[in-house]
Amino acid sequence: MAKKMHDTPNLDQLESGPWPSFVTGLKDLAKEKDYVVDLLGQLEESYKTRKGYWKGGTVGVFGYGGGVIPRFTELKNEDGTPKFKDSAEFHTLRVMPPPGMHYDTDTLRQFCDIWEKHGSGLIAFHGQSGDIMFQGATTDNVQKAFDEINEMGFDLGGAGPAVRTSMSCVGAARCEQSCYNEAQAHRAVLNTFLDDIHRPSLPYKFKFKFSGCPNDCMNSVQRADMAVIGTWRDKMRSDEGLAKKWFAKHGMDELVNDVVARCPTKTFQVKELNKIKSGEHITSVAVSDTHGIEINNQDCVRCMHCINVMTGALATGTDKGATILVGGKSHLKIGGLMGTVVIPFMKLDTEEDVEKLVDLAQRTIDFFAENALEHERTGEMIERIGLSNFLDAMEIDVDPAMVNSPRMNPYVRTDGWEEEVSKINAKKKAA
Amino acid sequence: MNQAVQAAAPAAKRKPKETGVPDNQKYLHPMLAKNYGNWKYHDRPRPGVLHHVSHSGDEVWTVRAGTARQMDIYTIRKLCDIGDKFADGRVRFTIRSNIEFIVADEKKVAPLITELEKHGFPVGGTGNSVTMIAHTQGWLHCDIPGTDASGVVKSLMDELYDEFRREEMPNRVHLSTSCCEINCGGQADIAIIVQHTKPPVINHDLVANVCERPTVVARCPVAAIRPAMVNGKPSLEIDEAKCMCCGACYPPCPPMQINDPENSKLAIWVGGKNSNARGKPTFMKMVASGLPNNAPRWPEVAEAVKNILRVYKEDARPWERIADWIDRIGWPRFFEKTGLPFTKYLIDDWRGSRANLNASTHIRF
Ligand code: HEM
Ligand code: SF4
Ligand code: SF4
Ligand code: SF4
Ligand code: SF4
Repeated sequence: MAKKMHDTPNLDQLESGPWPSFVTGLKDLAKEKDYVVDLLGQLEESYKTRKGYWKGGTVGVFGYGGGVIPRFTELKNEDGTPKFKDSAEFHTLRVMPPPGMHYDTDTLRQFCDIWEKHGSGLIAFHGQSGDIMFQGATTDNVQKAFDEINEMGFDLGGAGPAVRTSMSCVGAARCEQSCYNEAQAHRAVLNTFLDDIHRPSLPYKFKFKFSGCPNDCMNSVQRADMAVIGTWRDKMRSDEGLAKKWFAKHGMDELVNDVVARCPTKTFQVKELNKIKSGEHITSVAVSDTHGIEINNQDCVRCMHCINVMTGALATGTDKGATILVGGKSHLKIGGLMGTVVIPFMKLDTEEDVEKLVDLAQRTIDFFAENALEHERTGEMIERIGLSNFLDAMEIDVDPAMVNSPRMNPYVRTDGWEEEVSKINAKKKAA
Repeated sequence: MNQAVQAAAPAAKRKPKETGVPDNQKYLHPMLAKNYGNWKYHDRPRPGVLHHVSHSGDEVWTVRAGTARQMDIYTIRKLCDIGDKFADGRVRFTIRSNIEFIVADEKKVAPLITELEKHGFPVGGTGNSVTMIAHTQGWLHCDIPGTDASGVVKSLMDELYDEFRREEMPNRVHLSTSCCEINCGGQADIAIIVQHTKPPVINHDLVANVCERPTVVARCPVAAIRPAMVNGKPSLEIDEAKCMCCGACYPPCPPMQINDPENSKLAIWVGGKNSNARGKPTFMKMVASGLPNNAPRWPEVAEAVKNILRVYKEDARPWERIADWIDRIGWPRFFEKTGLPFTKYLIDDWRGSRANLNASTHIRF
């Protein structure tokens, strides 16, 4: 039994209503732990004054420079002692999840036992970077908890100017849209940079994210310094049985208004069966005895819409791989940036293919480490130096798939034009 | 081993095992491991349930349920019990903190749903529902929050509970909240983000002790911070005419008190989309600000979000995300239909802003 609860009239109001309540969870923990009784006391104070009361500091585990988020209370009495002494230290361990965030219950139960013993008993699945967040341990207990979690085969994630924890989608494990082995790529890349994860020494954070297809369930395009998004090069596949089943259920109005009209390049057409073309780049499938779909895959931008609507009737191609985008980030400091394409397509079928991705990641981080200003993300760095300079340094050939349009102003020195053209021609010849 | 050696051992610090990201194979449900990379299609027999069919003919049903994200160990153990009873002892989490149970036998789906709902875990969050809010840390754990995260999410999800459990929206709706302008919550169809309205109040006594002044000066996006001497001590000053109250100076310099119970407001943003489906991914746009930071239930924010959702639900066509819908109806109509005032603060004047102005005569009347 723990000590008496503080009055929490504000937090109490978050116990009503149908959605699961974190306050009820905290109160259950507080029945056994003075630690959580005081945490609720401080949180109630925040609700009352509408102010936060945590400050950072330096707490870590032996051998690592990051992965623990230190929190010390700033809510003090006149004499400088903490108002809620039992939760005066409330540090978080960021632990990297397995790809796709799959667990067995034994593992989760072990997490619970460790955190019951050494921590608050509060665990978040997951933080916005993907970490399992073990929230709330004293300075003394951080090492003990980490040792036990680490012995289970789990490792701390990144914090500060480091390679950060990554996420990959459910992908190949349970999604027909998957275009590469997300889990394999995720592990191969991240586990190459353990030193940069555990010992922060980059100009600023660097995030990888892995989505199996352009639906980008990991939101990588706006959050990852390097986004690996699955795609395919060849024809979409089709299945007449499922196409007819879809059409029987949804009909012509939905096919026209929800699919044809929403194809961003208008390459998706509905035609009478006898007018449907065939050819190297054409995907076609009958939806009824009179009508069918015709897609010229050369004009398809792999947006996923028609596949999402008619899953199974249409499917990704089989020559799969990924598009790599660099430089996504949120607001600070120059405003939000989407990642930009630096590799339009790369295969990720074999270990050698994945090695090439790891190599690209390595060279990107090396360049970032050497060239970014302090507290500058890759997106800001590229905006400052220009994409061409980045590509030059990375020895990546330019490609019109990297731009929305060519430049719209003449403010560029083009005295190297002929040289560039002859280089491109020489490469073409050699290929 | 004798006693003396044992006692001495803990003094030698344990070296971490740099194991990195663990392999997920042993955590996969057996049917997922068996059909890895071989799925053919899926459908949704009812809200909250996905049915996946493999090229091998194998089938699995996934039941998705909402959680509070920050969970106590008793709740996690309860979820483990349910996983043991129904799902071969395997679970997975989605990026939006929903938990998923996978079963290979269709007959287990209904009792699993009953069990989850009996214990208070709402089943839903699939397809064109309003799914769980991507949320941040707030007063519970961040060192710079202007508001709470879990409390805002709980309050909003209470209000959107039915929409989570139904699939009645034109397309999926992703929400996020962020307790400062760093926006850890990310891009979403509708996002709620703290918006400060007054420059930081500098605690000069502290600056001298804790601040690396050049770092703070460099952090300001509009160069509004200068080193200054205050009361004979090195400190900082802010050009208040330049400062746009972003709060970027606060994380590196806690004396830059940006959070204010009254003047730190909440803004609403719409139209963010990460997926490449149909149009390219989009950033969200600010459509309202000045909402009060009204803990513990933020009723004004809930009302504003529900209003936008109501109009979207009525007006958007199937498969239109909020961004697609606004592309069709245009911004004037969006403001007209939602009744939100379009103020001068919503005209972008940050770098690249001219791209956000209407350089055409394309106007809907
Ligand atoms: C060193 C030479 C020059 C430089 C660096 C220069 C630079 C510029 C710049 C920066 C602008 C503004 C573009 C904008 O609206 O953002 C501009 C506009 C313009 N310049 Fe020049 N300029 C140069 C020479 C000339 C000359 C020699 C002429 C004509 C005889 C000229 C005619 C114009 C006109 C008509 C515009 C307005 C275009 C418009 O607003 O649609 N410029 N120039
Ligand atoms: S990103 Fe694509 S492959 Fe991955 S889970 Fe989402 S839809 Fe499936
Ligand atoms: S995937 Fe291709 S064909 Fe289908 S809607 Fe998108 S662009 Fe059109
Ligand atoms: S959004 Fe800001 S206040 Fe909220 S958790 Fe992230 S950094 Fe902290
Ligand atoms: S709040 Fe933002 S704009 Fe104002 S001084 Fe701080 S960093 Fe500069």
